[in-house]
Amino acid sequence: MWRRSTDGQAKPTHTGTVMSVVERPRLSHLQALESEAIHIMREVAAELERPVLLFSGGKDSIVLLRLAEKAFRPAPFPFPLMHVDTAHNFPEVIEFRDRRVAELKERLIVASVQDSIDAGRVVEETGPRASRNRLQTVTLLDAIAEHSFDAAFGGARRDEERARAKERVFSFRDDFGQWDPKNQRPELWNLYNGRVRKGEHVRVFPLSNWTELDVWEYIDSEQLEVPSIYFAHEREVFERDGMLYAWREGTELIDGESVFSETVRYRTVGDMSCTGGVRSGAVTLEEVVSEIAATRITERGETRADDRVSEAAMEDRKKAGYF
Amino acid sequence: MPLDLLRLTTAGSVDDGKSTLIGRLLYDTKQVFQDQLDHVAEASRRRGGEGVLDLALLTDGLRAEREQGITIDVAYRYFATPKRRFIIADCPGHQQYTRNMVTGASTADLSVILLDARKGVLEQSKRHAFISALLGIPHLVLAINKMDLVDYSRERFEELVAEFDGFVEKLNPVASVNYLPISALQGDNVVERSERMDWYEGPMLLELLEGVEVAYDHPYDTPARFPVQWVIRPASASGSDYRGYAGQLASGALRVGEEIVVLPGGQQTRIAAIDTYDGEFDEALAPMSLTLRLEDDLDVSRGEMICRPDATPTVAREFYADICWLADQPLKAGGRYALKHTTRTASTVIDKISDKIDVHTLERSSAQGELELNDIGRVRLRTNTPLSIDPYRRNRRTGSFILIDEATNSTVGAGLIAV
Repeated sequence: MWRRSTDGQAKPTHTGTVMSVVERPRLSHLQALESEAIHIMREVAAELERPVLLFSGGKDSIVLLRLAEKAFRPAPFPFPLMHVDTAHNFPEVIEFRDRRVAELKERLIVASVQDSIDAGRVVEETGPRASRNRLQTVTLLDAIAEHSFDAAFGGARRDEERARAKERVFSFRDDFGQWDPKNQRPELWNLYNGRVRKGEHVRVFPLSNWTELDVWEYIDSEQLEVPSIYFAHEREVFERDGMLYAWREGTELIDGESVFSETVRYRTVGDMSCTGGVRSGAVTLEEVVSEIAATRITERGETRADDRVSEAAMEDRKKAGYF
Repeated sequence: MPLDLLRLTTAGSVDDGKSTLIGRLLYDTKQVFQDQLDHVAEASRRRGGEGVLDLALLTDGLRAEREQGITIDVAYRYFATPKRRFIIADCPGHQQYTRNMVTGASTADLSVILLDARKGVLEQSKRHAFISALLGIPHLVLAINKMDLVDYSRERFEELVAEFDGFVEKLNPVASVNYLPISALQGDNVVERSERMDWYEGPMLLELLEGVEVAYDHPYDTPARFPVQWVIRPASASGSDYRGYAGQLASGALRVGEEIVVLPGGQQTRIAAIDTYDGEFDEALAPMSLTLRLEDDLDVSRGEMICRPDATPTVAREFYADICWLADQPLKAGGRYALKHTTRTASTVIDKISDKIDVHTLERSSAQGELELNDIGRVRLRTNTPLSIDPYRRNRRTGSFILIDEATNSTVGAGLIAV
C-alpha cells in the first residue's frame, strides 16, 4: 500500500526507495490504520499461546490475511486459519477460500455447522426463513474449546453495528464464550491486556477502527483479490423484506415471491440464506469504491437479515458468543 | 492535501448532550445512513418523541443505554469530511464510568468537553478537563451547549468562559483551548454557523476539528523509540537465516545506517535495513509498523527498546508515576501487580502513595494511604526488571503503562510516568 496513496500523489515503489518524507512527513489515514492493525496482530502472537484467525472468505478477513502477511512474513503465520462453515455458503466464496489458503501455504481448519447438527449439538431451523446463522455460534465455541484457542482474530469493525461500536479491540470472553458489555476491560493507549484463564479467550479485532470504505480503499490500494460475488453479476434472486436473496435449489419461497434474474453484487459475505444482494453495475474495484463512498445505507442494514430480528439483535448474539 | 486521521474524545456530565452533539456531527456531515435514520425515527417515536428526531439514539448502542437514556460505555464513531477522517471516542459522563473516559481519552488528539449553558461548570466538567490535560491531549475544546435554552446569551457564554478559563490555567499546559457556544439540538455552530449568535466570530466545531495538528505531525522533533514487539525468524529448516525485529515505531524517525543502542542491555550496532512487506525503506517514521535488521548479530528480545545512543530514555527500576485507579478494590502501598509498559511486562510493587490529586481544586493532598476507584495520585513503584521510560508529558507511548491484577486479570490502573 505504500505504492499508492489515497490523495493520488505519486509514491515511490518498492525496494530500496524512500517515502516522500519531505513533502509529507506523516502517514495517510490508511497507513495509520494498517500500522495499528499490524501492531495488534503481533501483540496477540506475542502474548497469547494459541491464537487462530477466523477467515470467512469475506472482504474483511481478506484484509486480515494481508495484514498477517505484513506482520509476520517472511516467516509463516504463528497461528492457523479457521472457517466456520455453514454449508450454506456461496460456492464462489468457498472456492476462493481454498485457493487463497493454498497460495499463502497456511493451515486452514474448517469447523462445520453440519457436524454440530449431526452430533445433536444444535437443531436445524425449519421453514422458509430457516438460517444457520445462529447455529454458527455453537460450532465456533466448540471449535475454540476443541483446539484450546485462547485468542481468535475477527474482521469485525465498529462502524458495522451499534453493539460493535462499543466493543474493545481485545474483547474478553468468559468460559461460556459470553461478552459482557457492561464489564469490559479498560483499554488504554496501545497497551492491550489479553490475559485469560484456561477456557476463556479473547476475540481480537484489528480492523476495529476501519470503516467499510477504508476496507475497500485498502483492497484497491493493495490490489487484493476478492470473491467474484462482490462484483456485479447476473443471478437468480427472489425479493423478501425488501432484500434480494440468491435463489438456490431447495429454497422455500413464501406466497407471492418469485424467482427472477437481476444484476446484483454483495456488500457482505454471509450465508446465502441471510445475505441479500444489492442492485449494482460495479464490476471493478474502483467502481465498488465509488459506490460505497456514495451509498446512503449501511452494509448490514442493506444486506443482513440476521440484524433485523430486533433492535438489539447483534448485541444479543454477541453476548452469546457470536463473532 | 493529505487525508489524515484525527482521534477525538467527547466528554461531559449526564444530560449535557454529548450523544446529541455526535449525532449532529454525523447528521450534518451526511454520515448518517438512511437505515440508521429510519431506526432512530422509529425508536424516537416509540419513546414518545413524535416528530422529533432524537439524534442521541444514533450513538447509544446497548439496550440498557437506550432504555435508560444514558451512555454506559465508550462508543466509537467514524466520520469523514473531504479534509479529514475522524474517530470519535464517545465517553460516558457518569462518575462511576470515569474509567471509560480514560480509555477513550488515552489516544485522543483533541478533547471536546460539553457544558450545559444553564447548569454551568460542574465538578464533572472539571474532572474531564483535568483528565484530558493529564492524559496529554493537546487540544481542548469547551463546547458550551444548549445555548438555545439561555436565549443564545452572550453574557452567559462569557461568564462561563471566564469561570472555566480560571480553572484551565491551573491544568497541565495544552497546545490550544477553544470555547464555542453551540446548540447540538438545533445545530448552531456545529457544522453550520449560527445566525442566532452573530456575536460569536470564532470557528465552528467542525472547522476546528478539521484544522488542528495531530500527534505524529512532527516526527523529527521527538527521539526515536522502537520497542521490539516480535522477533521474525523463519524456522531454520527453511534454510533462511533471516532475523528481524518487528514492532511499531512509537515515536521519532529511524534511518538505515544509523547507530542504535538496545536497552536496557546497552549493546550498540547499526541499522542494516528497515523491512516491510512492501519492500525496504531508507527511513521510517512513527507510527509505522516495520521490521529492523541490525548489522551485528545481537540477541534482542521482545520488550527491549531500540533507540539512538544520543537520545536515550531513562532505564530504571524505581520511578514515580501518576496513577488513575480504575478498580473497585483500592490501591494500597505494598500492592503487587503486573505492569505492562510498551511491549515489556514486569512485576511491580507499590512502594508508597505520596499524594492524591483533588480534581476540584487541583491540589495535591498528602497521602491518604490508598487510592480508590477514579482517584488519581502520585505513586512510587519498583519493578523486578528495568524499564526504558520517558516522562509521559514528553512521550505518551513510552511514558505510559497499565497495571493488571494477576488474580483477576483485570486492568486496574493507568500509569503516567513522572520522572
